[in-house]
Amino acid sequence: MPSTPADDEAWRGNALPLLNEIRHALDRLLASGETTVIDLGALPMGPQDEAELLAALGTGEVDATINAGGPSSVRETAFHGVWLVTHRNETGETQARFIEVAFVPELLMSQREDVADSAKALSEQLREEQNIRK
Amino acid sequence: MAIDGPTIAEVLRQQGISRRGFLKFCATTASLMALPPSMVPAIAAALQHARRPSVIWLSFQECTGCTESLTRSHSPSIEGLILEQISLDYHHTLQAASGTAAEAAREAAMRENAGKYLLVVDGSIPLGNAGFSTIAGISNLDMLKETAAGAAAVIAVGTCAAYGGIPAAQPNPTGAVPVSAIIKDKPVLNVPGCPPIPVVITGVLAHFLTFGSLPELDALGRPKAFYGESIHDRCYRRPFYDQGKFAETFDDEGARKGWCLFKLGCKGPVTYNACATTKWNQGVSFPIQSGHGCIGCSEPGFWDAGPFYKALSMPIGPAKAAIGAAAVAGLAAGAAVALRNRSAKKSAQAAHQKVTIDDLEKSK
Ligand code: SF4
Ligand code: SF4
Repeated sequence: MPSTPADDEAWRGNALPLLNEIRHALDRLLASGETTVIDLGALPMGPQDEAELLAALGTGEVDATINAGGPSSVRETAFHGVWLVTHRNETGETQARFIEVAFVPELLMSQREDVADSAKALSEQLREEQNIRK
Repeated sequence: MAIDGPTIAEVLRQQGISRRGFLKFCATTASLMALPPSMVPAIAAALQHARRPSVIWLSFQECTGCTESLTRSHSPSIEGLILEQISLDYHHTLQAASGTAAEAAREAAMRENAGKYLLVVDGSIPLGNAGFSTIAGISNLDMLKETAAGAAAVIAVGTCAAYGGIPAAQPNPTGAVPVSAIIKDKPVLNVPGCPPIPVVITGVLAHFLTFGSLPELDALGRPKAFYGESIHDRCYRRPFYDQGKFAETFDDEGARKGWCLFKLGCKGPVTYNACATTKWNQGVSFPIQSGHGCIGCSEPGFWDAGPFYKALSMPIGPAKAAIGAAAVAGLAAGAAVALRNRSAKKSAQAAHQKVTIDDLEKSK
């Protein structure tokens, strides 16, 4: 696979070190459960780097959309535990992109505060329904 | 440093944004502030208590490019960040009020938030003749002094406000100076660039909004998070520089293969900015990716630092060797290279040359 800058074709040398970093992150996840988040916007990327990286990671089993302040996509890559998280705003513009190495990306989980709100809201709803039936 | 009222977390909650939405906001804010993702919990904690700051924005000798850049920032959107999270109390271009009503708004904001508001300035200040640039009959110098007096801090947006920029280029007909030449008793933070990258402007505002303080600065008053590394250090064409592969003209084989633009005048080695990673137009590209060298727009005196299309007067061979050594010796040696590159720029400045059509066409 041509992946070094020695190639005279448009350079795509950043994908490989990143893939190595992801592999180490997988080891850490297995050993201690520690998750790793890599901000793709903070890395120097050449025109081909991103396509190369995404092609190497492939597509996995989970493809979720979170609708909170605009759509965010959370996709598992072909490598279990390696997730691609893309945050968009209400107008669909990409705001940030992360590689998250985790069993479940944090944002997919329901948050404690939201669950507490929901418990209250559901009680409220039940009370109202009971009042209607009375 | 902030006005009373609900905290930012409360405002978001009132807008019906869930904790999950809030965490997403924190993650994009971290990315925006060039902070590592591990800082998200700290940002979330800070935003629980942060309140909307009042902002007064003054425009002096400028081209409105900086405001244009700001209104095209996308993350968070200008509407979201500036108009909802920040109380923008005065900005000639963006506010509806004009004339006396506008000045009254500025005075009211200064009174109500004395000592707490953030003053943002774009454009340089003419010292030559007060009449060169006035607003509502008030000279730029008087308005700056008066408005800075009660500010918590001053943010100089754009190379003109930060270092004088194009108005201060030789022969500097208006006697233009930067904000820092006038305001000495307040923290002055420089966000240079011609214009600055939109998300760098909002990133600095977001930092103030989140932590209620200004970020760490370099020796030229720039936030290190965005200006800590040179374009050259983060350039994806850098391996070609290290291999000595250079484009010689804009349409030769090297140019087509994406080789280093050093010989075509790239000022990346002496320019500190976030272009190489943050990029422009929602991260689509930046000048070097589009095939044009960096012109050094975020550095003091960039306009007078020699022709844009002339290679830096810096020996390529030894610089390569020094950079190789830097990779081994680590950061300290890297700083030495940067220092030397800066002195190379100084000598280019001293030997100021006029741009000729030959420079622009750069015959080999
Ligand atoms: S000289 Fe310019 S194009 Fe070449 S590596 Fe440095 S920043 Fe990139
Ligand atoms: S690449 Fe250089 S000249 Fe262009 S915007 Fe960035 S710092 Fe300014």
